[in-house]
Amino acid sequence: MTTRTTEHLPVLHDQVGLDGAASGPKPHAQCAHEPALGGVAQTDADRCEPLLRAGNTNCGGCGMSIGLMMLSRAIADRPVQMVIPACCAIVTAGNFPFSSYGAPTVASTFASSAAVATGLAHVARLNGEDTRVICWAGDGGTYDIGLATLSAAAERNEDILYICYDNEIYGNTGGQRSSATPFGAATSTTPLGKDVEKKDIVAIMAAHRIPYAASLSLAHPEDTLRKMRLALEMKGFRFLHILAPCPTGWKSEPAEGIELVRQAVRSGLFAVYEVFGGGRTVLNVEPAMSREALVKYLSAQGRFRKASVDVDHVMASIERRFRELRAHAALEG
Amino acid sequence: MTMELVSANHATAYATILAARANRTARGFGGGVYPITPQTECIEKLCDVEIEKGQVVRVESEHSAMAVCMGFSIAGARSFTASSSNGLAYMTENVFAAAFYRLPIVMMAVNRTLGPPWNIWVDHGDTLMLRDSGWIQLYCEDNQEVFDSVVAAYRLAEDRRVLLPVMVCQDAFILSHTMMMTDIPEQALVDRFLPPLDLPHRLTNRPRALGQLDNPHETEVHRKHLQSAMNAVPAVYEEIQGSFQEVFGRKLADPVVPYRMEDAEVCLVSMGTTASTVRAAVDEARSRGVRIGSLRLRMFRPFPEAVLRRHLAGCRRVGVIDRDLCPGLGGIVWSEVRSTTPRGAIVQGYMMGVGGGDVRPAHVTGVVRDLLARERDGAPEIVEVGQ
Repeated sequence: MTTRTTEHLPVLHDQVGLDGAASGPKPHAQCAHEPALGGVAQTDADRCEPLLRAGNTNCGGCGMSIGLMMLSRAIADRPVQMVIPACCAIVTAGNFPFSSYGAPTVASTFASSAAVATGLAHVARLNGEDTRVICWAGDGGTYDIGLATLSAAAERNEDILYICYDNEIYGNTGGQRSSATPFGAATSTTPLGKDVEKKDIVAIMAAHRIPYAASLSLAHPEDTLRKMRLALEMKGFRFLHILAPCPTGWKSEPAEGIELVRQAVRSGLFAVYEVFGGGRTVLNVEPAMSREALVKYLSAQGRFRKASVDVDHVMASIERRFRELRAHAALEG
Repeated sequence: MTMELVSANHATAYATILAARANRTARGFGGGVYPITPQTECIEKLCDVEIEKGQVVRVESEHSAMAVCMGFSIAGARSFTASSSNGLAYMTENVFAAAFYRLPIVMMAVNRTLGPPWNIWVDHGDTLMLRDSGWIQLYCEDNQEVFDSVVAAYRLAEDRRVLLPVMVCQDAFILSHTMMMTDIPEQALVDRFLPPLDLPHRLTNRPRALGQLDNPHETEVHRKHLQSAMNAVPAVYEEIQGSFQEVFGRKLADPVVPYRMEDAEVCLVSMGTTASTVRAAVDEARSRGVRIGSLRLRMFRPFPEAVLRRHLAGCRRVGVIDRDLCPGLGGIVWSEVRSTTPRGAIVQGYMMGVGGGDVRPAHVTGVVRDLLARERDGAPEIVEVGQ
């Protein structure tokens, strides 16, 4: 304690992993590869230092954690800097001076991730560095409090990869509604179920005519990895949207997260597509438009049980949305 | 060196452009900018100039302006923004964050009345609202001082013993839009005065988290670091004054600027341009045989308590003139200065020019008369000066 209090310089310590080892990138030959996706997807191209280190305190079945593991694999050995606003993902980092992130990370204020990333990206460019700057933000920081900042950074076409992991709830404050919370979902601030639909964030971002906007399904890892890699390679503002199951907030079984995403995609509730330059639209996964999948999706989650969600109403809204999407895809494909 | 006729807004921009270029051999310069009256001319000038290894980002709000500055600074670049009044209020969350991250960002703040109702004239309440933010605060009296303070602010902020952001404050219109002859040095001199920034905790490619969760005992330590950095400022500032004199051949103003204080028994304390009016009133009272002087408080954070205490040691009557109002308390400067006055002295708070009214010598002379006639101090008074 004494030594710490007499130190004068600010937060300068190079942080270490929980194993106490210095955490700089290591050459391939000397490191065990990250067991991404439980080892299933591990190859020589994997990142040596996992983006999400062992020992983090995330909930079991956390979809955001799976997204981070996929991102880790997509990043491979590219130099990256992460900006994470207030959200579950910054709680993930854990307490100073340890960090659960195997990449340099700034914990920004809630609304500011895209603006802080703007500064980082410009300094990298001014100094000829190929560092990729990534915002990793929840739906609260994206759809709600950070939307103006996000919109402005997109309008300026900053060289940022912005990824929203959307658990459709204010997660680390205990589960309040956000503008990403779907129709019918009960939260601690909509105890009887939310009575309005969620925002269409990919459409909002695509309307900025940014180089790339896409939605990613954790149940379709090949498509997800392809998009993450593509987005990491591209220049300018790229936006990725991930539906991230939150067993704690969704009142669902931790082991069923991926299956829930699969049903969301099958039913058409979660559309998996990409938009290039705000125009060319490609539907990546053809949904079955399955009513049965929608019923499975809704009934497996406690949050939809309080309000009896009208399945026909939701199916109608899904069909309307896909008519629009297909029209876009046909027009500009 | 060249003398140029410039407003304090442009003096700030010129100082920043020179400081920005001085960092071209290091990680460059950048900042986020957003317009607000009466600061806008400053950022317009910045946007009108090509800065080698520099980038000015036109953002959508003050909150993001400071966030972009934080990004630049975290990545090791020199950084600047400017704001005023409600813009500062909107920026506030990130103002605190910049200090807590220990980033040497420089901000020029034009002091303007907080609204609504809307009022663009000078009042110090906007930056005084940020007195607890962890920023060093300097309040200026003329355009040369604004220029000098901005150049020196980078050096002070970036000193390893300090590593704190600096806010250079100037009065709306009285300085921001008034042209004065200002000595603008050549780049080579600024290069000599301002070493390239080497931020010790800048984000590199090594895994590290900046600003993550802190437990109470860690926060205690981090706050303690902040306080010791603030405590280091007076000595570092004095060193910088020496080097400023050596390079530019003129004096960088003291944290507290005394006027005719040698034998003073009565003192008026003020901040910003009010001080020049106070000096005229001091001269007038001196001509009537009153042993009066004045102190201009230039550095408000860290609060120069020891210096004030020394200057005020012989005073029996102290009048503190605030250009702000903390409703329910009185003047903010008064509330702090009264802790430095000698026991038994009459210390009276006056709030003058609140909301930007023109403080004239006659108003201050009235305050001197009131102060001299008092048998004891009373509640702070708002002195109405009208237009």
